[in-house]
Amino acid sequence: MSDLNSAMTERYHNSFLKEVEANVEEGEWVKMCMQCGVCAGSCPLGNAWEHTPQKLFMMIRAGKREAVLSSDAMWMCTSCYNCIARCPRGLPITHIMHGLAHYAKRLGLVPKNQPTAQFSQIFWDNLMKKGRVNELKLGLAIYFKDGFGQGIKNALANKQLGQNMMKAKRMNAMEFFGGHSIKDTGGLQKMIKKAQEIEDAKIQGNS
Amino acid sequence: MTEVIATNQTILVVGGGISGLTAALEAAETGKQVVLVEKRPYVGGRVTQLYKYFPKLCFPTCGLEINQRRAKMNPNLTILTMAEVTDIQGDAGNYTASVKISPRYVNDNCTGCGDCARAVSAEFDDEFNYGLGKRKGAYLPHRMAHPQRYVIDPAILGTDEAEKAKTACKVNAVDLEMQEETVSFKAGAVVWATGWQPYDANKIQPYGYDRFQNVVTNVEFERMADPNGPTGGKILRPSDGEVAKNIAFIQCAGSRDKNHLLHCSRICCMATLKQTHYVQEALGDEGKSTIYYIDIRAIDRFEDFYQAVRENPNVSFIKSKVASITQNKENSNPVLNGVDTEGYHRYANEHDLVVLAVGMQPSVDKASFPVDIVINEEGFIEPATENGGIFAAGCSSDALDVNRAVQQATGAALRAIQVVNRVAGTEG
Ligand SMILES: Cc1cc2nc3c(=O)[nH]c(=O)nc-3n(C[C@H](O)[C@H](O)[C@H](O)COP(=O)(O)OP(=O)(O)OC[C@H]3O[C@@H](n4cnc5c(N)ncnc54)[C@H](O)[C@@H]3O)c2cc1C
Ligand code: SF4
Ligand code: SF4
Ligand code: SF4
Ligand code: SF4
Repeated sequence: MSDLNSAMTERYHNSFLKEVEANVEEGEWVKMCMQCGVCAGSCPLGNAWEHTPQKLFMMIRAGKREAVLSSDAMWMCTSCYNCIARCPRGLPITHIMHGLAHYAKRLGLVPKNQPTAQFSQIFWDNLMKKGRVNELKLGLAIYFKDGFGQGIKNALANKQLGQNMMKAKRMNAMEFFGGHSIKDTGGLQKMIKKAQEIEDAKIQGNS
Repeated sequence: MTEVIATNQTILVVGGGISGLTAALEAAETGKQVVLVEKRPYVGGRVTQLYKYFPKLCFPTCGLEINQRRAKMNPNLTILTMAEVTDIQGDAGNYTASVKISPRYVNDNCTGCGDCARAVSAEFDDEFNYGLGKRKGAYLPHRMAHPQRYVIDPAILGTDEAEKAKTACKVNAVDLEMQEETVSFKAGAVVWATGWQPYDANKIQPYGYDRFQNVVTNVEFERMADPNGPTGGKILRPSDGEVAKNIAFIQCAGSRDKNHLLHCSRICCMATLKQTHYVQEALGDEGKSTIYYIDIRAIDRFEDFYQAVRENPNVSFIKSKVASITQNKENSNPVLNGVDTEGYHRYANEHDLVVLAVGMQPSVDKASFPVDIVINEEGFIEPATENGGIFAAGCSSDALDVNRAVQQATGAALRAIQVVNRVAGTEG
């Protein structure tokens, strides 16, 4: 268990709902859910996931901390906003889903090999290097995330896509060498670091 | 020309539904002069379109008959039908109201014999049945209409049809020269009782009321269950006229929803519970009702009514707000899709007919009140002192059942009486 996770468990052992309200983006909305089921019924993921927003919100209120934070549901949300458009209570459901994913990540509770979580990490690392996304390296990093053999297979399977992107000037083979960047990469990295410190202090303060 | 005799001691009642009628009668029976202005060609409002009343399952016609007799007998009460208040100026104790009266083309010689209707052949959607049936171009709006005077639809004016109606009438009651008129008169106090309208089901896009024939509303269902209604009391599917046996009710259709009406309409749970009795009555054990709900709000003394319906093995309850309706193309059956809250089961249930329990919305739009009055977020009138001598009664003030609407109307009448009594005191 990560230190932060134990601290949070200790601090909120009585109420996971309070923990969510204090630490998850838009978490204070969870208690407004009236369990009508419209979000669950309108989410295009349908049967494909175990925990619909409706179910997650009930689990939060029922104190099912481990089950919620290690669920892969919030990682599967496609941000289609169907649920927000339909929720009779106006819960910002999509944002809560992402907030939960973010919080689970901070606490080190993301399910192992969760593909969206892996993608997000790769995307972030890629972006942070130059302040711009390097499409080529991003693509390669994703193809090769499960090892070299699988990577070659993935690359071959998507060859046409890659070539089309180059034709449309969406991707450039030269990006492999360094790649384009913003003017002040160091400045961006400093800014992000500062923002992270502020975030950390906030969440540590809550722990 | 319509003449209205009124003074600063007269009480003006706007809207002649059960609330307005009650307020008008209560005040008139204490000896006050009352003018009742009603937009429709008859009084009684929306309860005339209900088959039975919860909780007693008695007929609204019964109470209406009593009220209409009281109205006929009372010399203090003037009723203007097909009339709308367009403007009110002044203050408590001294208002001037302008009222627009639309021509009925039938004067008070009318005996209600119906010869004109028999002579006319043009037909129109019957608004009394929410367009589920047809009525003639010369018509009595409904069987029990008060006043029992026929109406000529302006659409047949200037055609042979109108002439046919005129010729058919033996007592010279058809007057095709009638014109719209505006009258204005004094009033000391006003009771505002313009009531409600069903929420527009077309706005609940995922339920497909505009696309699927076998999706109807609860107000239409009242007409379908009534033996005097367009289907003779048979519950038939609009798509093919077959008897509907497996009927779904969807609660909170347009209520308790930030995309529609924010408020709980308060009566639709009870209306649905009542309508399961209609299904039982029409079809016996062959009729199955399924209620999809968020929670059942059968407030205070209605709990027993709810429990009795719960015990009926032909009625089932599914705790879930239906997410969407699709249609089985082969048989036009609506398919209800959603996830329930007791176990989170995903369902796609097929039914013969779906009844949307639509909510109540104030009938007068916030922007079109002819008088300055305090209105809340949901469009209902607030009991505010700024309203002066204008008092709301019934569903123009909140979503209410008949019992509560009538109680509140009596209260409003009392307040109006207090105002005109003060005027009488100062005018000596
Ligand atoms: C499906 C359904 C079933 C129901 N069943 C029951 C039941 O079983 N038991 C029960 O107790 N309640 C029931 N209700 C509730 C009941 O219908 C209302 O309580 C009742 O109609 C309220 O009466 P009202 O006079 O306030 O309003 P209304 O009936 O709406 O009357 C208002 C009147 O004002 C007139 N008007 C409107 N605007 C103007 C204007 N600008 N100028 C002049 N006149 C105007 C209208 O024409 C109308 O005649 C049901 C409601 C629904 C939706
Ligand atoms: S739609 Fe809104 S109120 Fe309904 S279950 Fe989902 S989050 Fe809760
Ligand atoms: S935004 Fe996410 S949770 Fe909401 S409906 Fe779309 S996929 Fe489902
Ligand atoms: S208008 Fe004349 S014909 Fe028509 S119902 Fe009245 S009396 Fe009879
Ligand atoms: S009375 Fe029942 S159906 Fe109507 S809005 Fe309230 S909870 Fe929904």
